[in-house]
Amino acid sequence: MSDVLTVQGLTVSVRDVALVSDVELTVGPGERVGLIGESGSGKSLTALSVLGLLPEDVLAAGSVRLSGVDHELIGADERRMSRVRGRHLAMVFQEPMTALNPTMRVGDQVAEAMLIHRTRSSRRAARIAAAELLELVQLPGVMRTYPHQLSGGQRQRVVLALALANDPALLICDEPTTALDVTVQAMVLDLIMRGVAARESALLFITHDLAVVATVCQRVLVMYGGRVVESGPVTEVFTRPRHRYTEGLIAASDLESADSGPADVGLATSAPRRLPTIPGNVPPAGQFPDGCVFRNRCAHATETCATLPPWTGTPTQGFACHHPAGASDA
Amino acid sequence: MPEPVIQVTDLVRDYPRPRTSLFRRAPVVHALRGVSFEVRAGERFGIVGESGCGKSTLLRILAALDRATSGQVVVDGTDITNLPERRLSFLRENLQLVFQDPMSSLDPRMRVRDIIAEPLVVQGHPASGDRVRELLDAVGLPPNAGDRYPHQFSGGQRQRISIARALAPRPKILVADEPVSALDVSVRAQVLNLISDLVDELDLTLVFVSHDLSVVKHVCDRVAVMNAGQIVETGTTGEVYATPAHPYTRRLVAAIPTLARALTGTTTTDLLKGAPT
Repeated sequence: MSDVLTVQGLTVSVRDVALVSDVELTVGPGERVGLIGESGSGKSLTALSVLGLLPEDVLAAGSVRLSGVDHELIGADERRMSRVRGRHLAMVFQEPMTALNPTMRVGDQVAEAMLIHRTRSSRRAARIAAAELLELVQLPGVMRTYPHQLSGGQRQRVVLALALANDPALLICDEPTTALDVTVQAMVLDLIMRGVAARESALLFITHDLAVVATVCQRVLVMYGGRVVESGPVTEVFTRPRHRYTEGLIAASDLESADSGPADVGLATSAPRRLPTIPGNVPPAGQFPDGCVFRNRCAHATETCATLPPWTGTPTQGFACHHPAGASDA
Repeated sequence: MPEPVIQVTDLVRDYPRPRTSLFRRAPVVHALRGVSFEVRAGERFGIVGESGCGKSTLLRILAALDRATSGQVVVDGTDITNLPERRLSFLRENLQLVFQDPMSSLDPRMRVRDIIAEPLVVQGHPASGDRVRELLDAVGLPPNAGDRYPHQFSGGQRQRISIARALAPRPKILVADEPVSALDVSVRAQVLNLISDLVDELDLTLVFVSHDLSVVKHVCDRVAVMNAGQIVETGTTGEVYATPAHPYTRRLVAAIPTLARALTGTTTTDLLKGAPT
């Protein structure tokens, strides 16, 4: 079975500062994979390198292959990338206002996506298809409205319709619901799930919200400091985290068990109402420590952590930590 | 039973919109339609609602940054509803705000020590370097942080600066408007702990506004759920979260994705349903 997306040894750097290092990532057909991490972890840069949308002075190296596209995506010229984007590969961004053209009616924008890639034979056919797509995201009758007339959730649904217009093999969502209210978020997430299921598209879902990833995805990769520190099936990673960063992240976001009893992670004291925290802040880009990127915030760090921890496990399930949680010597 | 520190009675705020016709009256937005609640001294009170429900309008009136159309707000025994600005200094000292966006609520051209001392200066108190260092220490920032500018700090640290500034005039009431919504998960936990500790240590009354019921549940004792300018449900956070009575609250509670529920197989379709699992 060939994977839809294969990323190998992806490194992104700006003026000799590595922002993303050695990212290995595969997404199978119809698979839903989550990429989690805090700001500065390199998750959005990873997505942008797949799309070939990195800013000018930011350079990507490594290999990104997409099924159905017979060339390497890294370093491909704009002419070839623009044939891939919106056709084989589509993206839903965090901020729907900047993703839409404010001077164009939304129906025309959705139709345009299909006309550019010639997936519909005529302007008329494209407009009919656009109306159907907008109806699928539960926005009937918005064909002639402009983006500013819609609410944030409605705009995000237009962007989703736009992304799904050409039945892409891979849909990338970068924090698609972060700016939305919870009830609206529930609706948009459900539409994303139904959209990819109906097209058997693969999904790469980027977010900092662990609960959202756990609800939407089957497999998850945890990024910190530009590296993938842990990956595996959602149930495995969230119930038995191995990397100390994953462990801390889960404890810090779990408001439920912090209320009901002390969380047994040993990262901080758990007086009533106190959340276990990860000490310190995420360092600015390029100032992560050598070796294990998490060692300056980790309670278990030792001398060994100054060397880069090797990947333990299989490519799809494993971790990079010298002192993993749940090990016999821990 | 402790005295209520904040008493809000039948608060209404209408915003007129621009006229659309010469012959018809200007349309009106009813931002608040008869909101009433009480917050007792030392209580942690949460206000939950989605964007556009009127929670920010309510806060603005509470802090006397906006005027109510009708209704009454009593803070610490004084009716502030129609008080002129020059008689509000007691409120400015006793009630302090922490805002959502720590970048836009700190003046980028002021040093952190001046930002923190500003509420004292404005109220005519001497702003000593000792007090500023004490406040920096209370929120967990190094003493030399005072010499730097806001842009030199990360989001979480900036929110700590906001909290230090709010605490400067030794307020009794701390009003936090979505203080952790813009923060990363690991930093969010630190800031929530900090707010919780300070409220305990300094005997503050906390009014905590958020769109996230799970955060409010963690921080507050009692919560009011707002929808379309009205409070649809009030109760202890545990009760409201476990057995929501109003249909809107049920929808809100069901829509919150949690790790525990996701791992037991809750799908996005379940989030949309009105009943909690």
